[in-house]
Amino acid sequence: MAVTVKIPTQLRAATGGEAEVEVSGSTVGEVLDAVFEAHGDLRERITQDGDLRRFVNVYVSGEDIRFQQGLDTPIGEGDEVTILPAVAGG
Amino acid sequence: MSLESLKCKECGSTYELGASYFCENCFGPLEASYDHSGLDADGAKRRIQAGSQGIWRYADFLPFEGRPGDPLEPGLTPLLRADRLAERLGLNAELWVKNDAANPTHSFKDRVVAVAVAKARELGFDTVACASTGNLANAVAAHAAAAGLESYVFVPANLEEQKLLATGIYGTNLVGVRGNYDDVNRLCTQLAETRPWAFVNVNLRPYYSEGSKTLAYETVEQLGWELPDRVVCPIASGSLFTKVGRGFQEWLDIGLVAGEQPVFNGAQAQGCSPVATAFAEGWDVCKPQKPETIAKSLAIGDPADGPYALEQARKTGGRVDSVTDEEIKDGIRLLAETTGIFTETAGGVTVGVLRKLAERGDIGDGERVVVYITGEGLKTLDAARDRFQMHEIDPDLDSFESEFRQEVAV
Repeated sequence: MAVTVKIPTQLRAATGGEAEVEVSGSTVGEVLDAVFEAHGDLRERITQDGDLRRFVNVYVSGEDIRFQQGLDTPIGEGDEVTILPAVAGG
Repeated sequence: MSLESLKCKECGSTYELGASYFCENCFGPLEASYDHSGLDADGAKRRIQAGSQGIWRYADFLPFEGRPGDPLEPGLTPLLRADRLAERLGLNAELWVKNDAANPTHSFKDRVVAVAVAKARELGFDTVACASTGNLANAVAAHAAAAGLESYVFVPANLEEQKLLATGIYGTNLVGVRGNYDDVNRLCTQLAETRPWAFVNVNLRPYYSEGSKTLAYETVEQLGWELPDRVVCPIASGSLFTKVGRGFQEWLDIGLVAGEQPVFNGAQAQGCSPVATAFAEGWDVCKPQKPETIAKSLAIGDPADGPYALEQARKTGGRVDSVTDEEIKDGIRLLAETTGIFTETAGGVTVGVLRKLAERGDIGDGERVVVYITGEGLKTLDAARDRFQMHEIDPDLDSFESEFRQEVAV
C-alpha cells in the first residue's frame, strides 16, 4: 500500500528537506519502519524502545492512531500519515 | 533573574529564544529557562510591591528580554475567604477562593494571553492565533484588539453561544471547526507550520504557559507571603496545574517564601478525564479520550501536559479526581450560594472535586486550602438552568401574599 507520510518542519533536516515521504506498508508500524529505512535519523527521534515517544502523535487521515490500533492500525490505499508533536494546546 | 533559553523538559536540549515549542531530538515540550543567580529575594520583593496592579509586577519571573507591556493587564484578582462554603462542606479548614473570573475577559486565560501577546510583539509578529475551548478565544480576540494585532481564533463549532459571542465581538477572524478541541488543536499545529503567525498555545506555548505562574505568585502575596497547604485546581491540558506548581517552586528556590509545595489536587469532568483516569490506574502517560461533558472549557481529550500534571499531583501527595455533569451543576450552585461567586462549568468541576475531598476526609483540620475558580458563570448559562425556581406573580399585594404565605399575620 503506497502512502504519503507528512514530516513536521523541525524534522526535515533528517529527510533532506523533504516535507513528505512516499513509502509503502500495510500498518502504521510498517510505514514508519519504511520511513526509518530511508531516513535513519528519524527512528531515534520518533521512537524509544520500539514504541512511539510519549510526545509524538501519529494520525492516519486525520484520526489519532491511539483511538485505533496504535502501530498496528491498518493503512488503506490513499491514506495519509501525519506525524505531529503532542505538546500543543491548552 | 533573566530569561536564558528554551529548554526541553524531557531531554534537556536547549534552543534559542524564538517561536519554537518542541524538541527536535525527542519531541518533548520546550520550556522557558531562566538564570536565577543575579536575583536576591529582597530586591525582587521590593520590585513586586512597587510594581503595577497586575501580572507585570512579576516581570522578573516572566519570559521577556525587555520589559513586557500590555494595554489590558490582567491579574491581582481577589482571594476571598470562604467560611460559609467550608461550613457547608463540614470542613474545619481555612478555605480560600481565588476568583480568576475577575480578569478582563473573565477567565484565567487573560494571564497566559497577555504574556503571549506581549511576547508575539517582542518577536515581531503582527498576527496572533489560537486553538481554543472558548475562554482562550475570548482572551486572544480581546488582547489582540487592544494591542492592534490581527487575530485568528479556532474553536469547535459547537461551542457555547455565549463564548462565541464574547469572541466575535472583538473583531477577530472567528473560525468554527467541525470537530472537537483535539481536532482543532491538530489543525492549528499544522497551520503553525505554514502561516507566519504566533499561535499562542502552539508555537508560543513555552512563553504563554509561563503566564499561569502568576496565579501562584498572587496566592503567596495575598496570603501575606505564605504558602497554602493545599490547592484545588482544574485540569484541561494540565498546563495551569503544572505551572502553578512551578511558580511556587521558583519562589521557594529563591527564598521569597518558606516551606514546601502545597498538596496539589486536580479536578476533571468525568466525561473528559484522561488525567484522572491515568492517576487512578497508576499510568505515567494519559490515554486520550473523546470528550462528552458540559465542562467544555476542560474538554481536552489529549492533554499535552498530562504526564507533568500526574507528576505534580503524585510528588506533592495529591490526587486527580473527576465529577459527573450533575455534580458540576451542583458545584456551581454551591459556590454561588455560599460565596456570591457565579462560576462557569470548569469552576463547578473544581468545587465538585473540593466537595469530594471533603467527603472523603482528605482535608485536615486547620489546613489552608486555596481553590482556583478559573472562569465566569455568564459564559455557560445553560448549566444554571433548572437549578432554581422563579416566583411569578401579578403586580399586587394579594398575589405576593398568596405566593409567600405569612406564618404570622401582620
